[in-house]
Amino acid sequence: MKTSVFFAAMTAAGLSAGAAAAGTLDDVKARGTLNCGVTTGLVGFAAPNANGEWEGFDVAVCRAVAAAVLSDPTAIEFVPTTGKTRFTALASGEIDMLARNTTWTFTRDVDLKFEFTGVNYYDGQGFMVPKALGVSSAKELDGATVCIQTGTTTELNLADFFRKNNMDYEPVPIETNAESQQQYLAGACDVYTTDRSGLAATRASFENPEEHAILPETISKEPLGPLVRHGDHEWGDVVRWTLNALIAAEELGVTSANIEELAKGTNRPEVNRLLGTEGTLGEMLGLDKDWAKRAIMVGGNYGELFAKNIGESTPIGLARGLNAQWTDGGLLYAPPFR
Amino acid sequence: MSDTHSQTAFVRTEVLPEAPPPVYEQGIVKWLRENLFSSVANTILTLAAIWAVYYLATATGPWILNGVWTTSSLTECRDVLQGDVGACFSVLAERWNQLLFGFKYPDELYWRPLLAFALLFVALGPLLFFKVFPRKFLALTAVYPFLAFYLIWGGTIMVPVFALLGFVVGIIVYRRLVLQSAAMGLLGAVIAAFAFWYATGFITGPMANFLALEPVPSRDMGGFMLNMMLGVICVSLSLPIGILLALGRQSNMPIIKWISVVFIEFIRGVPLITLLFVANVVLAYFLPPESSLDLILRVIIMITMFASAYIAEVIRGGLAALPKGQYEAADSLGLDYAQSMQLIILPQALKISIPGIVNVSVGLFKDTTLVSVISMFDLVGMIRGPILGASEWNGVYWELFGFAALLFFVVCYSISQYSQWLERQLQTDHR
Repeated sequence: MKTSVFFAAMTAAGLSAGAAAAGTLDDVKARGTLNCGVTTGLVGFAAPNANGEWEGFDVAVCRAVAAAVLSDPTAIEFVPTTGKTRFTALASGEIDMLARNTTWTFTRDVDLKFEFTGVNYYDGQGFMVPKALGVSSAKELDGATVCIQTGTTTELNLADFFRKNNMDYEPVPIETNAESQQQYLAGACDVYTTDRSGLAATRASFENPEEHAILPETISKEPLGPLVRHGDHEWGDVVRWTLNALIAAEELGVTSANIEELAKGTNRPEVNRLLGTEGTLGEMLGLDKDWAKRAIMVGGNYGELFAKNIGESTPIGLARGLNAQWTDGGLLYAPPFR
Repeated sequence: MSDTHSQTAFVRTEVLPEAPPPVYEQGIVKWLRENLFSSVANTILTLAAIWAVYYLATATGPWILNGVWTTSSLTECRDVLQGDVGACFSVLAERWNQLLFGFKYPDELYWRPLLAFALLFVALGPLLFFKVFPRKFLALTAVYPFLAFYLIWGGTIMVPVFALLGFVVGIIVYRRLVLQSAAMGLLGAVIAAFAFWYATGFITGPMANFLALEPVPSRDMGGFMLNMMLGVICVSLSLPIGILLALGRQSNMPIIKWISVVFIEFIRGVPLITLLFVANVVLAYFLPPESSLDLILRVIIMITMFASAYIAEVIRGGLAALPKGQYEAADSLGLDYAQSMQLIILPQALKISIPGIVNVSVGLFKDTTLVSVISMFDLVGMIRGPILGASEWNGVYWELFGFAALLFFVVCYSISQYSQWLERQLQTDHR
């Protein structure tokens, strides 16, 4: 989502000197804790609760990996990172994986030498307007004042969108999400634009959320996912297939409620292979046969995690949308466990 | 002529009783007239001020008085208020410990930082009110940093004990060598202290459980405690370093002079936030991932360097303000460099520098909130990250930042009041 060219360049430069040690899996096992980079706090995705325990949709990925590798979903050292420090933390080896709603882009994957291990949330930039404005489509926003966070890709996407549609807009530059909420509510701008998940969370915090609408257009692709250092493929595979196990579990109907029963053996071979009653998938990863079972048992499958942290029953109230299983018309498509 | 008197209609035979002054020349009316309505411009300003106070009071009064303290989320606050104006102070109540101590400091150990905080006043007393307390009490102040370290971080007591002894060794060596030359004394003291620390490093390892408190890693520290720690540690470290740098910059020895000049000019030429990024991001590449030099220590080093460069320049201003005669007087008494500085120059120069030093200290204390940018959970970091990132409290801004402002105001205002009192105490001018 947010790129800082300077830090990106510094990250790349530093990598040559950095300790991109191979064998992260062995390091993690030897250390007994997983160092997982998360955000310093984002509604629904990662934040410590009143008891100081981290929870959220991104945190769930960390917990699943820790459960798969170390058999203990709490054996995690959460390293909070900001948009500016996240890549150096990963490149320098301070963290083993980064699960911090980070957009998978070409330069981050190729130039910064990271390995995105999948997508846990398909986001995209959207618009929020007061319903009183009477706008039902982003195409009707000609001449609007738009609150926009400076220095982010959302700013560039916005410019592209308005140019493409031959419209004018007046940007109101702001620094943080908190500031933008205040500006928008104070009427300093007609439209607030950022990622749709952020818009939903912002809207949920308003006193009268029903007076604001999120417009149907999505003007950018923001696939968010966990990432690891480039070049350590064994570790990358562990993170990738742990995420895939969560997604496949939903597709296969494995939930935290029925997993104990299914783990005794079923007549469905893919479920058996996933849960380790058949085949040797766990051993191939360098883990034991119950790895996926443990990962799923932490908080349930992908669908359960979604519903619990950011789904429609939570204050954020995100619909599955693109993040539905491919069988339901979404983009989630875990490769076969075979 | 004898009956002139009888022609007089009236002769006052006694002194008139004192009449009360006119109503507009006494009491509150006089005070109002003189202070608030003495001229047209003042009257306008007074009326404007009254309006502003009234406006603020009516705007914030109901908001504070209607405040809700007991709910568990912003939505519930709004339900309770039913559309009335009112603050949602519940967030302060629920996250009170997190705001003060961060979210990872073990709650059964809160007494340790609290005790360290209480002892801070015991330790500062003799230093700040040196005319009230006998000099002996300064020993308390000297022991405090090590005691506070032991309380806050835990671990074996041997680490702070040896650290303290290292300073004692350094001071002994300084006393021995300073007779030959001040620079040599200082250098010898530093070398001796570091040699002592290195040697005792082998002893503390095996004694890790001797009189040990439960250790708390520094990444678990946060909240206002972190601001206080950074502020107190960095200010108290930067003052001696700043004095040394200021003296170094005035030195006749070219190497010492140029080291001081380059250090001061370089650090002053770089924004603090850049130094913090260096501490957090760049150093991560040069140090091994399991490095023992943890983030809080790196940040303390960077902020101390930053503050000492500024304090050095403030003190240099004080040194420059002294008449040359003072230096010459010291020389003519036959005092060597160290003596003349300790006894004559620095006491005067530091007195002149007090407003500047306090200015830097207050600024530095507030600057400690910048660490939230490098993902440390100080008071502002806690608010911006975990608390506003919790779905229950997303959208509570005024209450949280108002609370942070209040805490900082209390501390900064106290520092400023103290410094004004200190200036009056040290007043020796002929006015």
